[in-house]
Amino acid sequence: MATHSENHYFVPNPTLYPVFMSLGIFALAAGFIFSMNSYEAGKWGMLAGAALIILMTFRWMGKVISESESGAYKHWEDKSFRWGMIVFICSEVAFFAAFFGALFYTRMISVPELANFDPDFTMYKDFTAAWPSLGPGGDVIRSAGALESYAPNPDFSPMGAWGLPAINTLILLTSGATITWAHWGLVKNNRKQLVIGMFLTVALGIAFLLCQAYEYYHAYSELGLTLGAGVYGSTFFMLTGFHGFHVTLGTVMLIVILLRCMKGHFTPERHFGFEGVAWYWHFVDVVWLGLFVFVYWL
Amino acid sequence: MSYASTAGHDEHHDHPTGILRWLTTTNHKDIGTMYLIFSLIMFMVGGLMILAVRVELFQPGMQLMQPDFYNQLIGVHALVMIFAALMPAATGFANWMLPLQLGAPDMALPRLNNWGFWLLPPAAILLTLPFTLALFGIGDGAIATGWTFYAPLSVQGGIGVDFAIFAVHILGISSVMGSINVIVTIFNMRAPGMTLMKMPMFAWGWLITAFLLIATIPVLAGAVTMLLTDRHFGTHFFNAAGGGDPILFQHLFWFFGHPEVYILLLPVWGFMPQILQTFARKPMYGYKAQVYSFWGIGILSVVVWAHHFFTVGMPVPALIYFMFSTMAISVPLAVLFFCWIATMWRGSMTFETPMLFAVGWIILFGIGGLTGLVLADVAADAQYHHTYFVVAHFHYTLFAGGIMGIMAGVYYWLPKMTGHMYNENLGKLHFWLTAISFNLTFIPQFFLGLAGMPRRIPDYALQFADFNAVSTVAALVLGLSQLLFIYNIVSCARGGKKATDRVWEGSDGLEWTLPSPPPYHSFTEQPVIK
Repeated sequence: MATHSENHYFVPNPTLYPVFMSLGIFALAAGFIFSMNSYEAGKWGMLAGAALIILMTFRWMGKVISESESGAYKHWEDKSFRWGMIVFICSEVAFFAAFFGALFYTRMISVPELANFDPDFTMYKDFTAAWPSLGPGGDVIRSAGALESYAPNPDFSPMGAWGLPAINTLILLTSGATITWAHWGLVKNNRKQLVIGMFLTVALGIAFLLCQAYEYYHAYSELGLTLGAGVYGSTFFMLTGFHGFHVTLGTVMLIVILLRCMKGHFTPERHFGFEGVAWYWHFVDVVWLGLFVFVYWL
Repeated sequence: MSYASTAGHDEHHDHPTGILRWLTTTNHKDIGTMYLIFSLIMFMVGGLMILAVRVELFQPGMQLMQPDFYNQLIGVHALVMIFAALMPAATGFANWMLPLQLGAPDMALPRLNNWGFWLLPPAAILLTLPFTLALFGIGDGAIATGWTFYAPLSVQGGIGVDFAIFAVHILGISSVMGSINVIVTIFNMRAPGMTLMKMPMFAWGWLITAFLLIATIPVLAGAVTMLLTDRHFGTHFFNAAGGGDPILFQHLFWFFGHPEVYILLLPVWGFMPQILQTFARKPMYGYKAQVYSFWGIGILSVVVWAHHFFTVGMPVPALIYFMFSTMAISVPLAVLFFCWIATMWRGSMTFETPMLFAVGWIILFGIGGLTGLVLADVAADAQYHHTYFVVAHFHYTLFAGGIMGIMAGVYYWLPKMTGHMYNENLGKLHFWLTAISFNLTFIPQFFLGLAGMPRRIPDYALQFADFNAVSTVAALVLGLSQLLFIYNIVSCARGGKKATDRVWEGSDGLEWTLPSPPPYHSFTEQPVIK
């Protein structure tokens, strides 16, 4: 069977990583639930779960990298990974779509509706539709007992678009360019260009996260803009927060790829690991553009 | 059979035995078997919950339980049946049959496949754990909002809501991983020469299902995340005082929830024509028409969601749009019904158990579809909304259309999977008991709904007593007759008449060219399709 290796699909050995990964997720979720509901022991479950997840990610990905370097993956397997990554990114798009949908719904429907009730039948008589909005019931929320602990600050200011967010936009767009430049280096087998390009991309990713952290600090300490600042604060922090979480993940993946590049992994012909992370990074980039336009600017 | 004989083990594979085999396996058949067994167990768990509910409803007044516990049972019943019984059953078939039908060595991403399954037991534990915790004084039981998590009730609910939120998250990850695997397998693992339009119909059904899952499950994840932050971190997505809107939750939920119906049904629509053509002994009618109908239904299903809450107070243009777009789904669905019936038309039919289930399924699922058309009418829905009419309608689609369809698939493929024939007489008895008791359970509920009995209420007016008593007795028979199903499966797995490779006289497709049961690695060398 001369064609055996070409027609042979690599079915990996049995491993325990997925089971322990699920166990870690279970512990993290259960621990989180308990600590949210004021059971102190919950945090130990969270810690154990998170540790297990991180350990298993290391082991699992390490196994995949060693399989890849030993040449187990040929063209056929490579195609599976590409399709898989594309579909995964599509699912991430759908996840962000839920939060963008919530933003559009609030801006276009719920806030205007709350201002347009018949004055004889509404408890929110003086509320006018505007964006950003704290919602009509700042005082109502505060007096609502259980919700007291996170009453909104009625005097928050929205986040402007043309300060730090504009700089962040530049940072992310530049990082999209540097990773492409690194890719060109990889394809031309210019390892120096590859490593420098990756290093710059990682640095820009970290710079973005630092700016974002400062922006949050600024929002909480000076603008009075908090997670509880009406539906504006909710959509602002959930959208930018989940994006920031994805940038964090992306930066960690970029660092792994940078280290692999420095160890001499990847060839000009075959480097799915690099491309998958690059796709993910571009996806995160595009989401940010949506955020910049719809959350900060308009 | 030439390619089957070359199927052997990879030399670098060492396979653990015992429990470790199942924990670590990357084999699509092992994983498929685990999915199917898990599904069967959770089918029993969800069934027991709802039997307790039916017994409570046997008479008016409160007999067995507190109203809050009743609410917990109906909500968890639905979540278990949808996420832990029906979806895993379909995924189990995908795991077992897609590589066999496509001529592939395995699923495309085997380790991910293993993870997809092993996320399910933790999720099921999270979903049902609050019942147990309540016994120890922790929390007040499971989620009591119904499976739809509607805000603001779910914002105010107890610890059970948090458990359900994370259970849904984990089930969602599992579904997304499973869908990635299915899509990649279908795009990349088909035998040479098998173009998309030569694929078995089951692969088409699952491909559209996987697309729908990728598009909608993350939206559900987003929705329950907003719910979580509204509950614990002070956001105001669903709080009007903060500028949010509880109805936003309904939009997000049903953007997922309506396609979910097709997620549950499309795999069944995929293999049902294969069963029909096998026992009608003639090729399936209208392959292309069915594929295009799948696409039409898949696309329409994501733009019709608001028909689930017509009565909530939407602008009239929105009502009219959602009414007509919903009714438009009946066009491709009618094409499918036509094709299924035309496949049987003038065939030389025999009625083994899978065929009995298939024919019964067409009729009963047809009732589910037609009553859905009634509910899609905005004016009529004002009368039927949130009554037992709705309950009866979606049990005709999801029990008859979903679970009885899955049962047809089980009987159809069980000889292939186990290598033994099941007991035909017991299978037929199971079908008749199921079909008759199912109808006796839910036909009274149509009348109860028309008469105005609301759903999700543990007590009811005296006038509804007779129909409820009939429904309860029939539901108990329905539940008990599933023991026959389990007995038949177990005894078939343990022994019985040897099954031939082709199993059925009229069967057609690559899976029937392999021995029964198939070798550990399905197609080590891919067959070439002409």
